[in-house]
Amino acid sequence: MNGAKIRQHIAFSVLGVLTLLIVVPIMLVILYIVINGAGAISWEFLTAAPRNGMKAGGILPAIVGTVLLVIGTMLFSLPLGVLSAIYLVEYASDDLFTRMIKLSVVNLSGIPSIVYGLFGFTLFVLLLHLGTSILAGSLTLAIMSLPVIITASKEALESVPFSYREISLSLGATRWQTVRYCVLPYAIPGVLTGTVLSLSRAAGETAPILFTVAAFYLPRLPRSVFDQVMALPYHLYVISTQVPNIPLELSFATALVLIALVFLMNLVSIILRAHYRKKRLW
Amino acid sequence: MVSEPVIKTVDLNCFFGSLQVLKSVNIAIPHSEILGIIGPANSGKTTFLRALNRLNCLHRTYSQTGRILLDGCDIGKISDNLLRKKIGIIFALPQVLPVSIFGNVAYGPKVHGTTDKATVSRIVEEALKRAYLWEEVKDRLNEPAVQLSGGQQQRLCIARTLAVEPEVILYDEPCSGLDPISTAKVEDAMLKLKASYTQILVTNNTKQASRVSERCAFFLMGELVEIGPTKALFTNPKDKRTDDYITGRFG
Repeated sequence: MNGAKIRQHIAFSVLGVLTLLIVVPIMLVILYIVINGAGAISWEFLTAAPRNGMKAGGILPAIVGTVLLVIGTMLFSLPLGVLSAIYLVEYASDDLFTRMIKLSVVNLSGIPSIVYGLFGFTLFVLLLHLGTSILAGSLTLAIMSLPVIITASKEALESVPFSYREISLSLGATRWQTVRYCVLPYAIPGVLTGTVLSLSRAAGETAPILFTVAAFYLPRLPRSVFDQVMALPYHLYVISTQVPNIPLELSFATALVLIALVFLMNLVSIILRAHYRKKRLW
Repeated sequence: MVSEPVIKTVDLNCFFGSLQVLKSVNIAIPHSEILGIIGPANSGKTTFLRALNRLNCLHRTYSQTGRILLDGCDIGKISDNLLRKKIGIIFALPQVLPVSIFGNVAYGPKVHGTTDKATVSRIVEEALKRAYLWEEVKDRLNEPAVQLSGGQQQRLCIARTLAVEPEVILYDEPCSGLDPISTAKVEDAMLKLKASYTQILVTNNTKQASRVSERCAFFLMGELVEIGPTKALFTNPKDKRTDDYITGRFG
């Protein structure tokens, strides 16, 4: 074997080990949660409300709450995020104003989630009189998700070859037709990835919902978007640290349900992505 | 009486930022002419072409002065969409959309509001026939366009342009990436389209210009040095710089 080959071998080995270093801890965390929590998962746990000061019963209100919050967040952040990205990439001229917007978007994604929580509390709960409600919580989570969705959509749009736009425009299509038919269809997989990443994070956040929607103990399903709800991450925090004498198994089971929910979202996005990739004819 | 030129430029100056790419170009092109444009790299040929359907304006730093007339009407008064429908362009490298062969040709009619399926099919078939591609692709219209060979892709681009019924077709070095046989087919298609369209062919290949065009223009450093009947320009150029270029002393 000559030197170059040996070096290649070493490089591949190092890269492989580094990859394992990332994958193995994640697998261990999931395994740990499954082993400790699977025993507590039952039909009742998934479909009943908590009883007995959360020591017994199920977590249905929290599951429903989190699902509703994710849907609400998506309804606000997906259209707004994608449309902003389209504006920034396809329409905005490259001036100081646009550059400042782009810089702000990047910086916004680095803001701690508790700050979003306080912001949402002041704006939606107090100023706009939405109260602690699903609506206020969804809006807060949506604002938190926006930067990631915008950034991912922007990159997805920018990765569509310029020639597609040129072809379309040269045939006399309008800018919007060009975006609609020649850019957006090929950017959708990237947009989906960003959205799901962002929503997964939203599903697991505690701080932004702390003051805006989450209920400590509300063993019934919400009646309207102005209702409070329990949510999985906050419920997990509560039963792990705030209420004494709750079996640890319940915490792990709750965590397992949250992870399963996020995993399900990712699965849906993978399927959608595959569907849209097939549309592109190579 | 001499008929009104289809395209006429009056004192056309083009700039990218502060760099002047075209200097006071005056050209008049009559109907159903094939005008060849030759010249070395950076002589402004492509800029001239793309000024005609305002594709240059996609670049932020671009600006121009002077007038461009289409059928006697200043193109500044025509909307981008309509102008580009009337003046189609074929790019240097075959550029197809990642959709089917049919989808590529049907795209133009679709954005211009033709929705009836039978009509679109008829337009697509007609366009492919006029671009001399129909026989080769009629059995696989739904296959990805990128699977076609380079020459077929370029003729597909011609068909795509024809499908929106332009008056003028611009070719920006359409055969630069093609083999001689594909080149011959593209040139064939151009000659057969001659009666119905005004065509402008920018090419680095002086032989191609002499094969296809009736009149030829020589651009150098943004200036239109000489324009005249192709045969005269190649055998008996008036300007020494033209002579130097076509005899291969530079460029």
